[in-house]
Amino acid sequence: MKLVVTIVGKDRVGIIAMVSNILAEKKVNILNINQNIMDGFFNMVMIVEMTDDKVKLQDLQKTLKEKGTEINLDIKVQHQDIFNVMHNV
Amino acid sequence: MITINDIMETNRMITENKLDVRTITMGISLRDCAHPNIDQFCRNIYDKITKSGEFLVKTGKDIESEYGIPIINKRVSVTPIAIAAEACKTDTYVPIAEAMDKAAHEIGIDFIGGFSALVEKGYTNGDRILIKSIPQALATTDIVCSSVNLGSTKAGINMDCVREMGEVIKRAAELTRDREAIGCAKLVVFSNAPGDNPFMAGAFHGVSEAEKVVSVGVSGPGVVKHALEGMKGADFSEVAETIKKTAFKITRVGQLVAKEASKRLGVPFGIIDLSLAPTPAVGDSVAHILEEMGVESCGAPGTTAALALLNDAVKKGGLMASSHVGGLSGAFIPVSEDAGMINAIEAGSLCIEKLEAMTCVCSVGLDMIAVEGDVSASTISAIIADEAAIGMINNKTTAVRIIPVPGKKVGDVANFGGLLGRCPIVPIRNQFSSDAFIARGGRIPAPIRSLTN
Repeated sequence: MKLVVTIVGKDRVGIIAMVSNILAEKKVNILNINQNIMDGFFNMVMIVEMTDDKVKLQDLQKTLKEKGTEINLDIKVQHQDIFNVMHNV
Repeated sequence: MITINDIMETNRMITENKLDVRTITMGISLRDCAHPNIDQFCRNIYDKITKSGEFLVKTGKDIESEYGIPIINKRVSVTPIAIAAEACKTDTYVPIAEAMDKAAHEIGIDFIGGFSALVEKGYTNGDRILIKSIPQALATTDIVCSSVNLGSTKAGINMDCVREMGEVIKRAAELTRDREAIGCAKLVVFSNAPGDNPFMAGAFHGVSEAEKVVSVGVSGPGVVKHALEGMKGADFSEVAETIKKTAFKITRVGQLVAKEASKRLGVPFGIIDLSLAPTPAVGDSVAHILEEMGVESCGAPGTTAALALLNDAVKKGGLMASSHVGGLSGAFIPVSEDAGMINAIEAGSLCIEKLEAMTCVCSVGLDMIAVEGDVSASTISAIIADEAAIGMINNKTTAVRIIPVPGKKVGDVANFGGLLGRCPIVPIRNQFSSDAFIARGGRIPAPIRSLTN
């Protein structure tokens, strides 16, 4: 299952490391990363793929949400199809 | 390939512009539940609803979290009870409404619709019992919704029922007077009611529907308004194009949710309802879209034309995004559920007569309008007759959901809470009587345009 991870918040050291560590632990493969800083705000969109059937999407969402909240980041994980259907005919 | 801008746009629609899926509604046929003993019938429908809808709420929540799109309500619609319960040897269907309410609470849904009768051409015995049971049924249940179809382009208008519904509405208000006459907010009177409408209070599972279906109602007035904010001064061709594109995007999300829900529940996909459904929340208003088009306050001259354009463009944009479109599919203008409409009433720019004109060009009708509690039953009936006539002649659905709030006067506000919102008491400026008109009864014959064969 392909997912879109969006991360928004104040920039600081270690955001990408933190997120990619969690993804690696959950055996989620990163396919694409797009990241920039605007006015000190960190914006990142990752396209990732879940490779382990035993890992539940809800657990991944919960872990990332909790870790994100700890350092004032808003992290969303969504199924890629919602973007595909909306923007492709 | 999706771009970062696409992703940001979608998430902005959801977080800032309040894009949501208003409802996943499961339609369930109760035709196989018939039984002469009403207690057995109630057990039959309770079992069927709880078994069929067992996973509806969980499925809705799963889809909501996986795709990150809020799904506000999960609902069930059933075969009109006047049909399903007709075999029962009884003189009241109130226990059936209570069984529906219990089943709905058991599976955790927000509303259940189908305490309904279809009487545009005449009453059966079951229809009579159901309509008599409505006030009590709405007073003793929480989330049961009721509807009566009393007119159609093919059959004309049942004026006996028009008269009766004025009295039913007054009675429903009286029985729930301690709760702002909430009974009337769960009761809608239709002309040309569709059998696949997922929206309340008018949802029922039509007689030509499959055993079970899943239908989805989309929303998103905030998204349309936001899109138009970038179009200041643009001409109407451009405005219509922008609305079409936005409606396409909104509807595609609805289609995705419907397809997923259908697959996971093992229930066929019914339809997507393209309606733009507002909520009382700021930024989720149909009236504000009309104001964005350039009328200073909703109800000012130009409002009907603006609404006609909006309604048409939403359909054109939404049609291509879904494999099956149905239900009501148009912009809703429920007064109490739309912050912009409420403001317009309070500012004196919107009145019931202008709302009636607006219902000629949009879905659905005079919706969620609170009036003074002492408005007569015959005046309410006459308002219903006017709306039904608009629906009958224009071959479209029209409806009336009017709430005569006991003890309230113009200047007061009725608070219904939640999605039903709040409504300043709307004056009925014309105080002349319609008593003799409503007393006639009988049927208004089907119009010439019904003879299409």
